Amino acid sequence: MTGGSKPAQLEVRGVTKAFPGCLANDDISFRIEPGEIHALLGENGAGKSTLVKIIYGVLQADLGELLWEGKPVTIHSPHDAREMGVGLVFQHFSLFETMTVLENIALAMNDVRDMAALRQQVIEVEKTYGLPLDPDRHVYTLSVGERQRIEIVRCLLQNPKLLILDEPTSVLTPQEVEKLFETLRRLADEGCAILYISHKLHEVKALCQKATVLRGGKVVGGCDPREETAKSMAEMMIGQKLTAPDRSGTRKFGDVRLDISDLSLISDEQFGTDLKGIGLKVRGGEIMGVAGVAGNGQNELFQALAGETEIIVAPDCIKIDGNPVAHFGPRRRRRLGAAFVPEERNGHGAVPDMNLAENGFLTAFRRMALSARGLIREVPTRTFADKIIKTFDVRTTGASAEAGSLSGGNLQKFIVGREILQDPGVLVISQPTWGVDAGAASAIHQALLDLAAKGTAVLVISQDLDEIFAICDQVVVMAEGKMSAPRAMADVSVEEIGLLMGGLHDLDGDVTLKTKELIEGDRVGQA
Amino acid sequence: MVRLEPRRQHSQAMVYLSPVLAILMTLIVGGIIFSFMGKNPFDALYTFFILPINNSYGISELFVKATPLVIIAIGLSMGFRANVWNIGAEGQLTMGAIFGGGLALYFYDSESMFLLPAMFVLGAIGGAFWGAIPALLRTRFNANEILTSLMLTYVATLFLSFLVHGPWRNPEGFNFPESRPFPDAGLLPVIYDGTRVHLGTAFAVLVVIAGWILLSKSVIGFQLRVVGKAPQAARHVGFRQKRMVWFTLLLGGALSGLAGLFEVAGPIGQLQPAISPGYGFTAIIVAFLGRLHPLGVLFGGLIMALTYLGGELAQITLGLPNAVTGLFQGILLFFLLACDVLTKYRVRFGTPAAKGEAA
Repeated sequence: MTGGSKPAQLEVRGVTKAFPGCLANDDISFRIEPGEIHALLGENGAGKSTLVKIIYGVLQADLGELLWEGKPVTIHSPHDAREMGVGLVFQHFSLFETMTVLENIALAMNDVRDMAALRQQVIEVEKTYGLPLDPDRHVYTLSVGERQRIEIVRCLLQNPKLLILDEPTSVLTPQEVEKLFETLRRLADEGCAILYISHKLHEVKALCQKATVLRGGKVVGGCDPREETAKSMAEMMIGQKLTAPDRSGTRKFGDVRLDISDLSLISDEQFGTDLKGIGLKVRGGEIMGVAGVAGNGQNELFQALAGETEIIVAPDCIKIDGNPVAHFGPRRRRRLGAAFVPEERNGHGAVPDMNLAENGFLTAFRRMALSARGLIREVPTRTFADKIIKTFDVRTTGASAEAGSLSGGNLQKFIVGREILQDPGVLVISQPTWGVDAGAASAIHQALLDLAAKGTAVLVISQDLDEIFAICDQVVVMAEGKMSAPRAMADVSVEEIGLLMGGLHDLDGDVTLKTKELIEGDRVGQA
Repeated sequence: MVRLEPRRQHSQAMVYLSPVLAILMTLIVGGIIFSFMGKNPFDALYTFFILPINNSYGISELFVKATPLVIIAIGLSMGFRANVWNIGAEGQLTMGAIFGGGLALYFYDSESMFLLPAMFVLGAIGGAFWGAIPALLRTRFNANEILTSLMLTYVATLFLSFLVHGPWRNPEGFNFPESRPFPDAGLLPVIYDGTRVHLGTAFAVLVVIAGWILLSKSVIGFQLRVVGKAPQAARHVGFRQKRMVWFTLLLGGALSGLAGLFEVAGPIGQLQPAISPGYGFTAIIVAFLGRLHPLGVLFGGLIMALTYLGGELAQITLGLPNAVTGLFQGILLFFLLACDVLTKYRVRFGTPAAKGEAA
């Protein structure tokens, strides 16, 4: 693009980084020009995060060098990186819930002498980049999108020349994503280079001018995302042709198998979300999607459905095949033919220090008759695990491997396979492909479609709208513990779902408006 | 520079090597301490660890001391597996001795063959009762069982002291704070003539086997392990933590109570203010030394029993204080916990390179 006469903002040359047993970065080279929005694409485990840590000074490269504005630099620590002008917005925020926005920002600055001046600076930055945020609000009252704005404001206060964003949109509604993109474009116009890390290809296509694709720690190609399709970039990422899930079979819906009516629940966690009058019916053969931004009651809903939370007073509010079960624990619900897959694999869906045979036993010992007279039946237990491994193509050394030694995708295939092989009548699954590589994700999607085709009612709780559009027949949206009416997938758009996801954020509207007035008032004052 | 680097998977080799390493380091540090005390370290270590068991009577005494340690440690290790930290085995042991011994004193002239089995039952009930209190406090009021079980130990030993100084004092005992001697029908038969090896030792072997089956082969043992390793997964599949708290405290209490009864109905033969040289506490070390595994506990019990015998001999022949036993036990636990770090981390020499995991 530029001929190389003008120095790049950052040039990475031959960076190599090895960990015990794995070459995380292998001779990686690319350059980012000032004002360029550059995407770093790759699946989980491709080496993106390692590279970011090297650029941000958290890790040191074994080989290779970094050139900043044409000059070789050594970045010893994040402090060095910030001095130089590198800002990083993390995937997970490090904010104190009970402190205000301004206090959180002050904590992250190297030295703050004058809170009033800082406040003025914060308002200045918010105004310039269109990031409405009341500096005096407590963090726990903010939506996830607003929390991310704090992180961005933090970075911008340091006048970065390179801003790195690691999977910034995974927690945002489509509307919030659009707002974020506006801010980023404005920053780029002012000459700030942006390194945008994501595996969401349509976003990369909408935002970035250049992309570097990593696979297995190596650069496998570069492209202009505007000239590619999402499919062509995905194939570059995974290095093979993508097959869309096959839902050709005629879908016939049977009787209602999972019936939720007027489910209300006070969350027992401090910043949890109460469930308010949830109602939903899922028929046999149907895949129902529950969309929504994380933290809007999905965890509480999953716990209530799986029996981790028992609702003694209202057994009727959850019914499995007509049987009231809300007062039952997980084991009695499973005996009625329900199966559950939680979002977190390690420590929730599986026990990481136990082997796969034991992890198969964990949820299946009743239904698959893996125990007798209080003792574990060793042979059937192993056979069951072997069958999961074989049927679902779990890449592992065998049933004796510890669950924690499997990659995320393989462990997820094992857990999903364990539930599917029990032939459930109702399956509730949370974030089925969260942090899972594309190959495993498409295998899991196919397995869910096949299961529904056999007459199981499937409820998929997911933040990933692409996933919901790919496999679900109907969708509901959760926001602030309430659930929208179901909509058929065929006649609903991403925008509509997005509005429902953010729909109940109106409550925040007042404050947002107030901040806008504040900023605009200030502008008038200056004029 | 020396650093600890996290391992990708727990090292199975280190799990078993760590106790061996800890024992070696205890011997080295023990030798250094002996030489500071003006003793020849090699002589002292020989006296402490070899001399006690270089004859058959010594070996039989080793079994006598190991019996309560193994029985108690099997029960404790079940609890520790499920993250239930019963520190009060000493108190449960004492209550077992009081309940079972009380029966022997009530029927002090009995010749019934049913007396001894009845004492077993009462001993187990006494220990389980004392374990039930922390279980109730934990499950109803969320009170930490470490504190409650430990404090109840002192209640139990003071209660025993009260009984033998007062109501249960031997009327023909010249005012010594001791009970009547148990009748013959209330004494454990010696199973090997010329030694003090009693029926309890055979029972300990059974407990080891039963413990192994329970832990590795049974559904309830599986539940214990899941509750301990991944509480959230246990909740997800409906293994109830409260039930495990009850189960392990009752089981641990019952076994400790039996061990206590075996002491008073075996080597001691009556109730007295001190019936245990801290078996209930030492069993905690035995459980960890044995990797919370029943077969490991058997070996751990023998090793810790040796420290008791060595300590006694060191008092007699070297003129060292009795505290040497506790010292060795403490050093061993210290090194054991330190060495256990190596199962999760490896030692690296050199400058730090990698702080994070691969992306």
